[in-house]
Amino acid sequence: MLSPHDHAIATTQRLPYMPPMSDTSSPIISVSGLSKTYASGFSALKSVDLAIRRGEIFALLGPNGAGKTTLISIICGLVRPSTGTVTADGHDILRDYRAARSAIGLVPQELTTDAFETVWSTVNFSRGLFGKPRDPALIERILKDLSLWEKKDSQIRMLSGGMKRRVMIAKALSHEPRILFLDEPTAGVDVELRQDMWRMVRRLRDDGVTIILTTHYIEEAEEMADRVGVISKGEIILVEEKAELMRKLGKKQLSLQLQQPIAAIPEPLASFDLKLSAAGDEIVYIYDTQGERTGITTLLQGLAEAGIRFRDLSTSQSSLEDIFVSLVRERR
Amino acid sequence: MTGLNLHAIAAIYRFEMNRTWRTPLQSIVSPVLSTSLYFIVFGGAIGSRMQSVEGVPYGAFIVPGLIMLSLLTQSIANASFAIYFPKFTGTIYELLSAPVAWWEAVIAYVGAAASKSILLGLIILATAAFFVPLRIEHPVMMMLFLVLTATTFSLFGFIIGIWADGFEKLQVIPLLIVTPLAFLGGSFYSISMLPPFWQTVTLFNPVVYLISGFRWSFYGLADVSLGVSLGMTLIFLAACIAVVGWIFKTGYRLKN
Repeated sequence: MLSPHDHAIATTQRLPYMPPMSDTSSPIISVSGLSKTYASGFSALKSVDLAIRRGEIFALLGPNGAGKTTLISIICGLVRPSTGTVTADGHDILRDYRAARSAIGLVPQELTTDAFETVWSTVNFSRGLFGKPRDPALIERILKDLSLWEKKDSQIRMLSGGMKRRVMIAKALSHEPRILFLDEPTAGVDVELRQDMWRMVRRLRDDGVTIILTTHYIEEAEEMADRVGVISKGEIILVEEKAELMRKLGKKQLSLQLQQPIAAIPEPLASFDLKLSAAGDEIVYIYDTQGERTGITTLLQGLAEAGIRFRDLSTSQSSLEDIFVSLVRERR
Repeated sequence: MTGLNLHAIAAIYRFEMNRTWRTPLQSIVSPVLSTSLYFIVFGGAIGSRMQSVEGVPYGAFIVPGLIMLSLLTQSIANASFAIYFPKFTGTIYELLSAPVAWWEAVIAYVGAAASKSILLGLIILATAAFFVPLRIEHPVMMMLFLVLTATTFSLFGFIIGIWADGFEKLQVIPLLIVTPLAFLGGSFYSISMLPPFWQTVTLFNPVVYLISGFRWSFYGLADVSLGVSLGMTLIFLAACIAVVGWIFKTGYRLKN
């Protein structure tokens, strides 16, 4: 959800370097029957079909080695597909690679920069590489938007990790892409920068840029994504609207360590569907964080009335990735 | 965007040339200094006690060979490092994901590497004029050989940079193959000074043809005919272009 502040940014500070909004309803990225088998014989993608809608933020999730980076790399031209087709903004990535690649900006996961270049020169270099004439005013606006303007004459090696990440985003935006890939954009960055990036991504989306991001952070997908796709073992196993997914995944677990073991859950508490450990010294209650009431207060009252005392309690929530991995297991 | 991506070629070319201006001691001063030392030692100290070679003072005779030696090593070093370093740091992702045709990338990288070594060759030529009496009988042909050799060996260096998967491999061909070939290819002598058997062996050294043709453009002296020199240079150039084309077509050591 956009906060009022974000709405204000989005409506009063439209990014001037964004492409015009497209009115077509066709997918901006269309992946069909895409497979990739490496020379080693490892099959990284198995007949993947995926359609990314124009103007959406799409979060691609999956465990390590699931095929996320291979999929992104094929779309961006870094890896050759074995079979299948991909179009970006209506252009085949192999036959019409110039037009397809011109539409795409990529921020890879690794902080790979030219250490001895200045911020200014490296961002201008990226724009030229993508076939665009020099536009100092545009680059200035991008650097200011990313709080990099003060560092424009600094060599990249002198910057912090967070600043380097901003430089990579500036490079990816320098040629005004209609599609932006962010591979683990907030991995290893501090909270302030993460929030800045989220704001930036929302503003880009509001200005018509389609954003595909991979992330391990549940709050990131929750905050940012319009839709979520899950990839596992080279297959897309789920593509869902975020709201629907959150409804499914918004479960949390409350664990109560009891002072004295009990033999069974008392009858008045049966409606809570509690789980009792084998030793009888722990009760687990799973509840819906999205629900109107969690039932925790009623449960604790019921335990007190039943004379069950506890010495400690804890809550936990599985990471999105863990939940997806378990979803995968359930499907097989 | 359609057609030629001129902005990309210009961006890569500028990027590479800026690297040279950023490190003038390493890129310009060091090779000029080491070549000047050759002139002082071979041209001044030893050369003054040697006979002229076919009417050319020895110090002046070695100038084309020394320029060619620098041209070969610097062209290879410039181009191999230019493409290897992005591979090493990972920044090559940007080139591979950009709307740049392989031949556009080659023009930019090889053009920059060749420009640098041609500039260096001309600086060495100017430096040599301070130490030895120089004459250039065929300046146009001299520039042609300079450009052709710089381009060919920059392409060769580009191939080495893509092939290398470590800094040692990056150095192994220039140091263990190219430098000995340049030294034994007539940089410091005319192959007519060798015994007949070694004259024949030397003709298998491709650098002989480069140095011979280049020296001809200075003094009209050649170990092999001008046509053969030019032909061998063009054959090597064509072979390098074919290999580079194959590399980009297959993605060899660039794409999985």
